[in-house]
Amino acid sequence: MKAAFDVAIVGAGPAGISAACILADAGVKTIVFERGEYPGAKNLSGAVLYGYDLARILPDFAERKCPIERNIIESRIWYLSRDSGFSVGYRDAALGTERKHNAFTVLRAKFDRWYAEQAQKKGALVVPATVVVDLLRDSRGAVTGVATGRAEGEVRARITLLADGVNSPLAVRTGFRLEPKPEQVALAVKELIDLPAAVIEQRFGVSGIDGVTAEIMGGVTGGMDGVAALYTNRNSLSLSVGANLADFAATKIKPYELIEEFKQHPMVAPLISGGKSLEYIAHWLAEGGYDAIPRLCGDGYLIAGDSAMLFNALHREGNNLAMASGRMAAETIIEALGRDDCSRKALSRYGERLAESYVLKDMKKYRRFGRFMHHHKELFNEMPRAASFAAREMLTVNGVGKKQKQKLIMQNFRGEKMSIFRLARLLWQGWRAVK
Amino acid sequence: MHIICCVKQVPDTAQVKIDPETNTLIRAGVESICNPYDVVAVEAAVRLAEKYGGKVTVISMGPPQAESALRECLSLGAHEVILLTDRAFAGADTLSTSATLSLAIAKVAQTEPVDVVLFGKQAIDGDTAQTGPGTATRLGFNQFTYVSEIIGVDLEKKTIRVRREVEGGSEIIEGRLPVLLTAELELAAPRYASLPELVRSLTQEVKAWTAADLGGQPEMFGLKGSPTMVKQIFTPPKRGGGLVFDSTENKEQAISSFFDTFFGKETELLNELFSNGQG
Repeated sequence: MKAAFDVAIVGAGPAGISAACILADAGVKTIVFERGEYPGAKNLSGAVLYGYDLARILPDFAERKCPIERNIIESRIWYLSRDSGFSVGYRDAALGTERKHNAFTVLRAKFDRWYAEQAQKKGALVVPATVVVDLLRDSRGAVTGVATGRAEGEVRARITLLADGVNSPLAVRTGFRLEPKPEQVALAVKELIDLPAAVIEQRFGVSGIDGVTAEIMGGVTGGMDGVAALYTNRNSLSLSVGANLADFAATKIKPYELIEEFKQHPMVAPLISGGKSLEYIAHWLAEGGYDAIPRLCGDGYLIAGDSAMLFNALHREGNNLAMASGRMAAETIIEALGRDDCSRKALSRYGERLAESYVLKDMKKYRRFGRFMHHHKELFNEMPRAASFAAREMLTVNGVGKKQKQKLIMQNFRGEKMSIFRLARLLWQGWRAVK
Repeated sequence: MHIICCVKQVPDTAQVKIDPETNTLIRAGVESICNPYDVVAVEAAVRLAEKYGGKVTVISMGPPQAESALRECLSLGAHEVILLTDRAFAGADTLSTSATLSLAIAKVAQTEPVDVVLFGKQAIDGDTAQTGPGTATRLGFNQFTYVSEIIGVDLEKKTIRVRREVEGGSEIIEGRLPVLLTAELELAAPRYASLPELVRSLTQEVKAWTAADLGGQPEMFGLKGSPTMVKQIFTPPKRGGGLVFDSTENKEQAISSFFDTFFGKETELLNELFSNGQG
């Protein structure tokens, strides 16, 4: 193609579109390529978004009719065994008033499409249904644009932003990022369960656009290192369960069996009862953590979002890291274009920006978390079983004295091979992984 | 050579389900697409323009969001697109739609005379196959429906030769321009747009015309100009299963009961025929 652009962005997800919005606002001539039929067609997450990072890009997102499903006023954490579970929650009216839009659920197919439209309104060109198959390079190896799968499909750009997600064949082909190892990604499956708004509101004790999230851990991932989640949308529930890909490979558990079992859990079944499954989708999560982050820029290019493995597995934050990194990439690009220097050195301000921000600070803080979860399978097996046994015993009134019950519980812990020493080690290492 | 295509944005019927209780279409969440037969018509038009030189103008009548169907046509190589959009057009049946479209075609033809008008043979949502022929009649053009191949155009003699599908086969037929064709799916496989064309389709202006732009009497547009009423939409009742003569246990009995039933029915039919013949 003859027309040249200042910036080519690969991928119209949260990272790419955030960058496109900032760039278009600054009058930078920007083209975004999306392989899906429309932005959002292939994108998937839980999906909870956080208002803070979105507002830094679109302060008036609510006025722009952002397709918010429900504003989250209550977060629950469940620790489940296979057929029982503990639940704690935190509900705060302030999250519905002065802290409204701190977190909210979206349907990605709708949200990403809307988000891309905002970038288009600002002047970015978003080209759907087009796959970027390779990058153009000059004789020194600097990136000078992209090659798409369409006829006359080469587009020159002074800087290219790779924001094509966790499963990026492009990053692998160009060698800018290694192909993720199985233990660096999680495979998540998600079902959207159709339920009338009134039923959801009654079951979760909310009204209007208020909603609830439940983050779930324990014996619902078939003993694998993983988590599950249940989020309320306006007329549907998002149900996801995921686990480390290496664990899936080792256990031979089928993802669809995992989610079927999860749906029958006594904590879950009554909430989704009567609901019809609208869709079943699967995706990778970039769970490699801090140590899986590739070099974030080079001559003529930067990497943002899931492509750069920016993901906080503990707090289930990915979209906001993608948005923040897209924004910082755009800010760096604007500076670089202004100085007419697109070299790696000029773009390395991007890495510094990320390091100064919560994005890399959080990922660094939790750099041991992934390994901790992966190597402490008792969190998904022995622990939920033993904890449930303890709760069940203590709650059952059957004439047995409490001292005797304590003994039984300790016996059970020993039967599960959860010695005091092992528990202490688990707590200590867990503390070290998140401190 | 100037070719005009008329296209319709339709719900992707592959995704539409029917509510079993109310018997109406559940359109919620269903993507809109450009009617597949119309996409074929646009591809054929672009090929004609490429072969004989000329221009392709695409017209659609619909709500503002039908713009996306027109953008798809631009990506296939159409040169100009016009959206006829006005609340006055809402609720149009095929009679009113063909009246509106022929006004628009006549208006376009004022500045650039038209040689060929192309329609899809029918829309996948209504399946009537009436709008194309209706428009041809109003414009006073020759019409060839169910065209599966455009064999050639003679620009000097102002004639076109096409193959059209008829019951039991096809016929090759020649006629004078200007002509209106309706396209079968095999007329032309739509191309995979090149990147420059795709980018052009995203950025080029889509002209919007209202009822006032077209002139014409207000009572020919939309619901007012539509004598057709949809009384009821329903799914035909499910057919019951055929008769089964189970021969696993008792062959003789199964066979004899088959013959009894078969000849019983046959006699009934014959009696009916005879009584009708006599009556």
